[in-house]
Amino acid sequence: MSEAIISIQNVTKRFGSVVAVDDVSFDIRPNEFFALLGPSGCGKTTLLRMISGLEIPSDGTILIDGMDTDGVPPNRRPVNMVFQSYAVFPHMTVLDNVGYGLKVVGTPKPEIEQRAREALEMVQLAELAERMPDQLSGGQRQRVALARALVKRPKVLLLDEPLSALDAKLREQMRLELAKLQESVGITFIIVTHDQDEALSMADRIAVMDGGRVSQIATPEELYESPKTRFVADFIGKVNLLDGEASRGRGNAVTVAVDGIGAFNVEDAEGVEGQVSLAIRPEKLKLSAKKPTGKDVKVQGKVVDLAYYGNASHVFLETTSGISLTANVQNDTRDFDDTLAVGDTTWVSWRATDALLLGG
Amino acid sequence: MAELTTTAPHAVRSAPRRRRWFRRNDIGPLEYSRKIWVQLFVGATFLMLYAPIITLVAYSFNDSRRNVVWKGFTFKYYIKAWNNDGLFEAFMNSITIAFMSTVISTILGAMVALLLWRFRFPGKAAYEGFMALPIVIPEICMGVAMLVFFARIGWPSGMPWPLNLSAITIAHIAFSFPFVAVVVRARMSGFNRELEEASKDLGASEWQTFWNVVFPFMKPGIVAGALLAFTLSLDDFVITFFTSGPDTVTFPVKVYSMVRFSVTPEVNAASTLLIVITVIATLFAMKFQAPDKGSAH
Amino acid sequence: MESWKTNRAVFWVLSLPGSFWLGFFFLTPLALIWILSFGEKTGIITIDITWTLENYIRALEPVYLEVVWKSIWISVLATVLCLALAYPMAFAISFAPGRWKPLLLMAVMLPFWINLLIRTYALIAVLRTRGYVNFTLEWFWEKADAVLTFIGLEQLELIGARFEPLPILYNNFAVIFGLVYVFMPFMVLPLYANIEKLDKSFLEASLDLGAGHWRTLRSVVVPLTMPGIVSGIILVFIPCLGSFLTPDLLGGTNAQMIGNVIERQFKAANDWPFGSALSFLLMYATFGALAIRSVLSGRQSGMEI
Repeated sequence: MSEAIISIQNVTKRFGSVVAVDDVSFDIRPNEFFALLGPSGCGKTTLLRMISGLEIPSDGTILIDGMDTDGVPPNRRPVNMVFQSYAVFPHMTVLDNVGYGLKVVGTPKPEIEQRAREALEMVQLAELAERMPDQLSGGQRQRVALARALVKRPKVLLLDEPLSALDAKLREQMRLELAKLQESVGITFIIVTHDQDEALSMADRIAVMDGGRVSQIATPEELYESPKTRFVADFIGKVNLLDGEASRGRGNAVTVAVDGIGAFNVEDAEGVEGQVSLAIRPEKLKLSAKKPTGKDVKVQGKVVDLAYYGNASHVFLETTSGISLTANVQNDTRDFDDTLAVGDTTWVSWRATDALLLGG
Repeated sequence: MAELTTTAPHAVRSAPRRRRWFRRNDIGPLEYSRKIWVQLFVGATFLMLYAPIITLVAYSFNDSRRNVVWKGFTFKYYIKAWNNDGLFEAFMNSITIAFMSTVISTILGAMVALLLWRFRFPGKAAYEGFMALPIVIPEICMGVAMLVFFARIGWPSGMPWPLNLSAITIAHIAFSFPFVAVVVRARMSGFNRELEEASKDLGASEWQTFWNVVFPFMKPGIVAGALLAFTLSLDDFVITFFTSGPDTVTFPVKVYSMVRFSVTPEVNAASTLLIVITVIATLFAMKFQAPDKGSAH
Repeated sequence: MESWKTNRAVFWVLSLPGSFWLGFFFLTPLALIWILSFGEKTGIITIDITWTLENYIRALEPVYLEVVWKSIWISVLATVLCLALAYPMAFAISFAPGRWKPLLLMAVMLPFWINLLIRTYALIAVLRTRGYVNFTLEWFWEKADAVLTFIGLEQLELIGARFEPLPILYNNFAVIFGLVYVFMPFMVLPLYANIEKLDKSFLEASLDLGAGHWRTLRSVVVPLTMPGIVSGIILVFIPCLGSFLTPDLLGGTNAQMIGNVIERQFKAANDWPFGSALSFLLMYATFGALAIRSVLSGRQSGMEI
């Protein structure tokens, strides 16, 4: 497990004067479901295309299973790709599409047919083998693209925004199926996505990219609960960001003073000082009519707006000193409506340990 | 109010029995194609476009030399046209030139289209501009340029058939292949580059990718381009007029010299034949150019 | 799109044949007449290249300026008439039911594919003195005459004593009619492409906001389809200006245009240098028109026409 299936070492890609990928290094482990997550233009697709060989790095090295890929064209790499548009050849049947990658390398015909049908079986398309692509739905075309890539038995499967062309219901279903498929074929999947829910729900590890650099690589839980930078905290999920002044307290603790809320201790700060950001997830905020007792941080605020989402509601608050906060409240009773209304004054509180001090 | 409600059921019952003298005008405000004045205008314009051609075709079957009053149906002008050696030879010359020109312009045009579609190179905009020149400059300018060119470089004349047609064919190719390039390139612009990448990603070489993936997509464009080159060559009068000699007369040039004197039914007959050929070629071209579903995405 | 350097062999294989053909069989001939246009005729077939501007200066003589002026106004008139016919056509086709659209469009385009000479020839048969237009007019005259006789007004000779066929062939009218007839499809196509792309809800919004149909056409449809109108005008104006066959066959002796003068220099008058100079003036005018178009409709790729 320790050895990397893909090792990206100081890779840079420039398009003219634009730096799409800026000195990126990390390893992807065997049998891992890995996600490259970031806003559009962050360089995630370029990185994926460099692994596939469709783009050539301007600098740096990419090792696939220990092999240096420098000068190796895409057709000689043990990786295959599922394209964003699926790129299912419109003039070939489903079976011919799936068999194409075997045909071009001179696999004997009976073997092509057998393996192509097996691959179609795997993606539950066996009965549509003779169809033409224009007779398929978007979801079915995606399965063809999956089967076509998997039939080559690649060491790594690359997926470029595979779910973006599907409607919302199908997308949810395909998330589960992709995760299951990855488990059953037992190879590495690398998925590029801009959808944080997609990455969080499927991937074992996620690399969050921003402006051509990797901001953080971590498991979904880690990314959500302990984002390292303001960008990651803001990009993944919703967050309340507070600006404060940090100063050394007793022992390991750091005291942060936020105007209008007061000073409180924060853990894991490793002796930060000066201007800092504090991140608190909306669901970590508690609302109460009476002033809470105990050591929690507390502040009084006015409800300025409510957004109802069925299972939960977002409560938009403004503290007396003018700081905006968003709290996420579970609608665990049917008469939620009676408890809060716009204009109400309420207490907001959170545990000091739930607030995270951010570097960047 | 009370009266109204009592009579209402009666009115409802009698409504279907009442006859409408005019159907209600249910033409929506944007249904222009259902408005009578629009239909009249379109009809009149089509009449202007087609009446001369239809008359020409109809009177190729008219049993009257003077070509004005209908005197009865006949095929005799077709036979006469067929037996008119000058007309027949011109017709065969036209078809031969069109075939040769089509083959070469299609190959050249397709290659240029691929070049412009695939590569980025210095001076590309200027190159495209020069490629578009034969399409935009007036035919008469190109015609006289060709006349001067073949006279000045001393292009051999009096060669045996079909080599004597080479000058005209070369000129036809020069103005046809940029058109083919435009058509094929337009087709290629709908090509999903990911198909090519997918093919390479699946292990195909450059050459395998071209023949298995790119060419099948290109094919309708190539067929449409070829048919366009064919009709352009058959259609051309002005440029041919300046490059043809006394023994290399094409059909339009022959017709030109004939209609300077008078309108004759033989010309009608031969023209009708040429119209039929062009219309068939055009219908084929349109069929192939029709966008096929699911090809681009 | 990849750089040519990534695959030089493929690049050269693809680029050489077309470039050679264009260079040798198209640009060289043009260069030849460009050089000739600065030449002087010294004998029946001998021409000295003296780099004189004499030929261009000669084009400014009143007799040629008159031809240029006439070519321009005939072309402008033909273009305007084309637009007047083609805009409603394009509009009607674009609003026709889906399955009718390709048929109507094809019906407009089909005559364009038929040999120009044949179409012009067909017009001769229709327009000449003993042609169908005059035939139809005569028929109406006879009916009118019969009616007038019946009601006892024949002595007044309200419509002339006998039918006089209209002289509609071999004059400027015939040339303009012929140009409109021949080039109208050129106008319909860009207009149709533009109107078809136009979101129909703009029209609905305009009607909904209280504008009438004409007002909507003037204030919404025409401004939004301006690129198509400009394209169509240029696409028709250029071939009209350079036309040779139509004025030659349909025009009378005084209905000559630039194309006919050029042709005469290369055939009957045998003055190649002057003909070459006129050809290049015509080409410069064409480039000027194209430049206007590209300025008006924004930058577009060179391969689009």
